[in-house]
Amino acid sequence: MLGAAIIVFREALEAALLIGIVAAAARALPYRNRWLAGGIAAGVAGSLLIAALAGTIAEAVDGIGQELLNAIVLGLAVAMLGWHNIWMARHAREMVSETRSVMNDVAEGRRELSAIAVVVAMAVLREGSETALFLFGLLTQDDSLARVLGGGALGLAAGAAVGCGMYAGLVRVPMRWFFTVTSGLVLLLAAGMAGQMARFLIQGDVLPALANPLWDTSRLLPLNSAVGTLLHVLAGYDPRPSAMQAIFYLGTLGLIALGMFVVRSTRAPSARPAT
Amino acid sequence: MSRLLLALLLLPALAVAAPPEVTLTIKDHRFQPEEVRVPAGQKVKLVIQNQDGTPEEFESHELNREKVIPGGATANVFIGPLQPGKYPFFGEFNEKTARGVVIAE
Repeated sequence: MLGAAIIVFREALEAALLIGIVAAAARALPYRNRWLAGGIAAGVAGSLLIAALAGTIAEAVDGIGQELLNAIVLGLAVAMLGWHNIWMARHAREMVSETRSVMNDVAEGRRELSAIAVVVAMAVLREGSETALFLFGLLTQDDSLARVLGGGALGLAAGAAVGCGMYAGLVRVPMRWFFTVTSGLVLLLAAGMAGQMARFLIQGDVLPALANPLWDTSRLLPLNSAVGTLLHVLAGYDPRPSAMQAIFYLGTLGLIALGMFVVRSTRAPSARPAT
Repeated sequence: MSRLLLALLLLPALAVAAPPEVTLTIKDHRFQPEEVRVPAGQKVKLVIQNQDGTPEEFESHELNREKVIPGGATANVFIGPLQPGKYPFFGEFNEKTARGVVIAE
C-alpha cells in the first residue's frame, strides 16, 4: 500500500505543482475555479481512456506511439503556457491597477482561462494515465481493491497538499512582484516541458540527440534527490541532457520571453492607466 | 530467401543505417537478460517485450529514458550513442525485482 502511495505521489506531484502555479497566476479572472475543475475533469477522463488504450498506443507507429502522444501533449501544454504568459504581459498592468477586481472584458478572460484549462488537462492527462495504468496493474495482481485505492488516495492527497502549498505561497507574494514571480515560474515550466518533449522525440528516434549527454551533474545533484526532483518538476532540471533538449529548452524560453517583451513594449505607452 | 536477403541488403539504404536491435524481456517482474551488452558510440534500439499481465515502466536516469510498457505489449526505446560504461535501469512499478544494466563497450 505504501508502494502505491509513493508512486501515485510522485506522479501527482508534478500535476499538482503545475495546477498550483497556474491557479495562482489566473486568480484575478472570473469563474477561474470552474475552468480549473473542467480541466482536471477532462484530464482524468482522458487518463482513463489512454490507460485503457495503452497497449494499442504503445505498439502504434512502430512502437513509438507513446513517445509521440507524450510529445503532442507536452507541446500543447507548452503552447498554452506561452500564450498565457504573453497574455499576462499585456494585461498584468491593468490587473495590478484594479487590484484584484475582476477583469472587465469577460470574453478576453474566458479565452485566457480556456488556455489554462487546456494546460491543466494536459498535465493531469500525462501523469494521470501512468497512474491509472499502474493502479490497474496492482489490481490484477493479488492486491485488494481497498488497499490499492487507499494507497492511491494517500499519494494523491499528499501530492495535492504540495500543490496547495505552492498556491498558498504564491498568493502571499505582494502584488508588485506577483506577476513577475508567476510568469517567471510559468516560463521555466514551459521550457522544462519543451525539454521533456525533445527527450521523448529522441527516445522514439524522431529527432537526433546531437551531443549526448551535454553535461553530467548526476553526482552533484541526482534526479532522485528531493532538490533534484523539485527542480526537475519546476524548471525541467535534467542531470544528463542531450544538446537537442537544451536547444528546445532555450528556444522555448527565448521565444516566450521575446513574445512577452514585444507585447509589453508595444502596449505599454497607450495602456498606462490614467489615474 | 534471396528476395529476403535483397530486402535486408536494401534496408540500410532506406533507413540510413538501421541501429542494431537488442531484445529485452520482462517476466515475473524481472528483466531478462539483466545485463544487456550494446556497442558504444552508436544508437541502439531496445525492443522490450512485457510478458507479464501487468504494466511496467522502463526507467533509467543514466540513460535518460522512461517508458511505460503495458502488460503483454512490446515497445521500442532508442538509446545512445553511449560512451563505454555501465547504465543501470529499473522497472519503476516493481523496483525491488526489476533491475538491470546496459553495458556499452
